[in-house]
Amino acid sequence: MNLTLKVWRQKSANSKGNFETYKIDGVSEDSSFLEMLDILSEDLVSEGKEPVAFDHDCREGICGSCSMTINGLPHGPEKATTACQLHMRHFHDGQTITIEPWRAKPFPVMKDLIVDRTPLDRIIQSGGFISARTGSAVDANAMPIAKGIADYAMDAAACIGCGACVAACPNASAMLFTGAKVAHMNSLPQGKPEKDRRVLAMVTTMDGEGFGGCTNVGECEAACPKSISLDMIAHLNRDYATAQVKNFFKPVA
Amino acid sequence: MNLDSKTPEGPLAQKWSSHKFNMKLVNPSNRRKYSVIVVGSGLAGGAAAASLAEQGYNVSCFCYQDSPRRAHSIAAQGGINAAKNYQNDGDSVHRLFYDTVKGGDYRAREANVYRLAEVSSGIIDQCVASGVPFAREYGGLLDNRSFGGAQVSRTFYARGQTGQQLLLGAYSALSKQIGLGKVKMYNRHEMLDLVKVDGHAKGIIVRNMVTGEVARHAADCVVLATGGYGNVFFLSTNAQGCNVTAAYRAHKRGAGFANPCYTQIHPTCIPVHGDKQSKLTLMSESLRNDGRIWAPKDPAVAAKIRKGEINGNQVAEEERDYFLERKYPSFGNLAPRDISSRAAKEVCDAGRGVATTGLGVYLDFRDAIARDGQNTIKERYGNLFDMYKCITGDNPYETPMMIFPAVHYTMGGLWVDYNLESTIPGMFVGGEANFSDHGANRLGASALMQGLSDGYFVLPYTVGNYLGEQGVAAAGQVTTEHPAFAEVEADVQARIDKFMSIKGTESPRSFHKRLGHIIWENCGMARSKEGLEGAIKELQALRKEFWSNLRVVGDADGINPELERAGRVADFIEFGELMCRDALMREESCGGHFRIEHQTADGEALRDDENFTFAGVWEYKGDEVEPQLHKETLVYENVKLATRSYK
Repeated sequence: MNLTLKVWRQKSANSKGNFETYKIDGVSEDSSFLEMLDILSEDLVSEGKEPVAFDHDCREGICGSCSMTINGLPHGPEKATTACQLHMRHFHDGQTITIEPWRAKPFPVMKDLIVDRTPLDRIIQSGGFISARTGSAVDANAMPIAKGIADYAMDAAACIGCGACVAACPNASAMLFTGAKVAHMNSLPQGKPEKDRRVLAMVTTMDGEGFGGCTNVGECEAACPKSISLDMIAHLNRDYATAQVKNFFKPVA
Repeated sequence: MNLDSKTPEGPLAQKWSSHKFNMKLVNPSNRRKYSVIVVGSGLAGGAAAASLAEQGYNVSCFCYQDSPRRAHSIAAQGGINAAKNYQNDGDSVHRLFYDTVKGGDYRAREANVYRLAEVSSGIIDQCVASGVPFAREYGGLLDNRSFGGAQVSRTFYARGQTGQQLLLGAYSALSKQIGLGKVKMYNRHEMLDLVKVDGHAKGIIVRNMVTGEVARHAADCVVLATGGYGNVFFLSTNAQGCNVTAAYRAHKRGAGFANPCYTQIHPTCIPVHGDKQSKLTLMSESLRNDGRIWAPKDPAVAAKIRKGEINGNQVAEEERDYFLERKYPSFGNLAPRDISSRAAKEVCDAGRGVATTGLGVYLDFRDAIARDGQNTIKERYGNLFDMYKCITGDNPYETPMMIFPAVHYTMGGLWVDYNLESTIPGMFVGGEANFSDHGANRLGASALMQGLSDGYFVLPYTVGNYLGEQGVAAAGQVTTEHPAFAEVEADVQARIDKFMSIKGTESPRSFHKRLGHIIWENCGMARSKEGLEGAIKELQALRKEFWSNLRVVGDADGINPELERAGRVADFIEFGELMCRDALMREESCGGHFRIEHQTADGEALRDDENFTFAGVWEYKGDEVEPQLHKETLVYENVKLATRSYK
């Protein structure tokens, strides 16, 4: 296939960026989207130009590194698919493809398609854990957990932390990300002791990082490569409200 | 080179507990005076950093990704082994130990493997306590599945995302410590060299991959958990960034490198589609629980499939050769990885391969779907089937999957003693980066087990022991002002300047591809004296060309993926030569190392226990000098060496 690419180029965090247009020929339909960008990079290098910088690593759709908006959609047009797992057979010969970095105020662009997503790490650092000091655990089968609850926790825990939900949201909200982590940990019996302080701390950090609030648009769920459900945001709101009420009467943290 | 394994005395089952008692302790109020550098944030590095910080040490942790949650442990799919015997099917610590030693083709150190089996149970407890959502039965208890090389069900799993869930467990523990200020996390930093002071590892030189700044970091000891070197093959199932640089730089500073030729080729990967491919994708071995592996008996039928004239479903039952079930009736489709991979290669070499390239065999779920129903199969492997469909465009519920072996894991690594300390005092190595537990072949679901064993249960003790031995007066005495740091930093800077100044015509990726081709052809699934000798010459020529014709575009003082790759490829080329030397030296076939000169009449690996029951440890002697081989003799007191049979 022959394609025209309009790619966001930006030298560094402080410089102004712009779209550059590139032609690329002979792309196999079986190539992944990132392999297509590899070909572009090699073409650019052979002309002595800098290749397009983008985050990527596992290329199996699990590490959450890749982060690009393709024709206006985070991770591109395929449902429940990361950019690295998107294949060129979903595009057609002669098509023009626009590629941009995640666009969200808390994720400043560092170079080309690379953005800074450390605010998501800081949300986790503030409370996204179940405290279990190494070596202190009881036998794993000492506490049976109903399959339904374990499955629900797993649904939530499938989040890969890529930030597509933030990029897709008109408010740049991180509530799907935060909700998934809260739902995973708060639903399990092991996570109950820290349930209230966890949700309060994580939401406080989330707000402090400059993410917007949820207005039930639903773009996050549509963009999520792991199909994390909006229910996780409902879970977050429910746990947050409960914790706030408890906190009103007696501080939980 | 001193290769004292420091294996404790006493019966196998008591070694670790008596060793733990004999190790030095550091008083809780003194721990805050020490600092530890951990390089890598995967299962081994992340768990070690979190556990050491919990104990009270000051930890600095480094990773090249933008977040510690993205380390490549995340990509493991199938599961983690543990000798829980929850299925009441005869499992025990001793059986897991035995299976692992046997699976490794009797080339691992007994005491280390036993400890791995011993702590495996605690790993599952720890993971469950930290919220890892393992699969459960309706009764609420943990579920298990079977994996290759074992006849018991001891593998715990979280759908097809076990590695991700385990890593998120370690990452959340690490994150807690980062939040508390006990771990200082350095994302997007790459270790480029090791600094020794008076023979002990006391720091590292890193490059900040955002600003390009080269910086010094000092500590009381250094832990490397930097993963394996599978990307020496260019095409592998490893993440794009996985590299040997940290380990190889440490090797050049004096750390012995053990068994570099032991690499694992995983049987169930998606076949290669073309020459522009950058990455191979693994399908979990757990698929072999229900999928049956076959190829057409008749090369003419295979040829028709390759041309697209017929598909797999149209091949009649009697025309199919279920070659693993035929050759290894007792293990069948669950034969270990090295054996299964080689069997697939044989079939394809005989012209019976499918896929357009002829490099593929079928993994067929037709019978399993008929027996258990599509929903059950979907429940077990749904995400893997989806992934296959996403990549190939074929629906595996309807047409059989095609698979072919690909490089997946490296058993070789930096030599470590029982304490996981390398030949450089004060430098510890955990996870895939060390050589310790898997011998010449790793069993499925054992990598996650080893990473967490090292990170949660071994390093937190042995690092403390080292620090205790150094004494509290020594804590924090070496700073980055020491002249050794300036010296190594200058080396690192000079190397970066050299990459930028060659201004040749060939990209780092192009060199990487050529390197991968040489290694795959000569040091892949089948190796020969002639091929290896040729490869060493080719690699030496490639190295010369690299240093005279490399082209790195862009600048050194900012994000530059070309510069990053150049550094990694430079080390891979040198390392590839070491691999070939090791493969050439090892005049036997064992596990993942198959020398065509050494095979039985029916094509099975032929070990030479009399002459090769040792770990081959290489000492770096200089860029133009051949490395020196040292041997750690492996003593088997509890397992009888036997020909590995899965028939």
